[in-house]
Amino acid sequence: MVMRKKSPLLVEDNKFCPGCGHGIINRLLAEVLDEMGVADNTIGVAAVGCACLQIDTFGIDWIQAEHGRAPAVATGIKRCRPDKVVLSYQGDGDCLAIGMAETIHTAFRGENLTMLFVNNGVFGMTGGQMAPTTLPGQKTTTSVHGRDVTKTGNPANILELLATFETVKYLARGTVTDVAGINRTKGYIRKAVENQIEGRGYSFVEILSPCPTNWGLTPLKSIEHIKNNVAKVYPPGEVLNRTEEAK
Amino acid sequence: MAKEKIITYPERCKGCHYCLSACKKGALSVSEFTNKKGHKAIEANAEKCVACGSCFTVCPDYVFELVEEAGA
Repeated sequence: MVMRKKSPLLVEDNKFCPGCGHGIINRLLAEVLDEMGVADNTIGVAAVGCACLQIDTFGIDWIQAEHGRAPAVATGIKRCRPDKVVLSYQGDGDCLAIGMAETIHTAFRGENLTMLFVNNGVFGMTGGQMAPTTLPGQKTTTSVHGRDVTKTGNPANILELLATFETVKYLARGTVTDVAGINRTKGYIRKAVENQIEGRGYSFVEILSPCPTNWGLTPLKSIEHIKNNVAKVYPPGEVLNRTEEAK
Repeated sequence: MAKEKIITYPERCKGCHYCLSACKKGALSVSEFTNKKGHKAIEANAEKCVACGSCFTVCPDYVFELVEEAGA
């Protein structure tokens, strides 16, 4: 029977805001590493921003990379220690704004890594500024009249971009909005970690997550916002799975 | 089959109420207890709970656990 209690890897209560999706994603990742028996052999590379708050509360080895450089640091670790499971855990400001170059070049190189990308559409820790993933018309502290795509570009759909690279083996986008979505997301994370262990190559999982604090919505309204608006721009599901041919 | 029962850790609750919308049995409610974080914690009605685990799945703060009842 599947255990339904807090994973022993979650050594302390998390530090996220009420309703933040990171808490759920932390649990999913902890359960996957626990169930696969690889937690002691895993090195996480944390980002700058809210995606580094789990360093003290999530009981695996972590290294915090400079802003946006998590995939580059993870590449170094994986090349030096190919026996380790190496994963990066980033938010959208980190992964797609300052770290876009690292994200893309790591995918170009097809490193045997697992990248987790939490998309909440804003820079969370610094006060809710506009990120590359902010929806058109979405109000943030740096787009107070709503994001104007004629001036700031369209929302960055990283999975569509990475799907064009031959070196990328697995791409999926999950959500944390309901029980079914959360269970599917866990499956995506599990596959991404499995791919690395089996040496199949680069896996990238994006997770749509609420940021009630910076969206100015209640947690439950944030979930509705993801279902009604965010998921239309970033459709959930497995986008690419080349793992069969990679075997 | 061993029966499971729900256990809550009210001190962990941050009052997001995801569990209230996830519970289809109406087994959860907001209690009068205010925890150290300042949130009115969720309480569970064990009579109504069918141990489906939805609250455990959606809770970002690990308030719920479902454990096998002793002796069951």
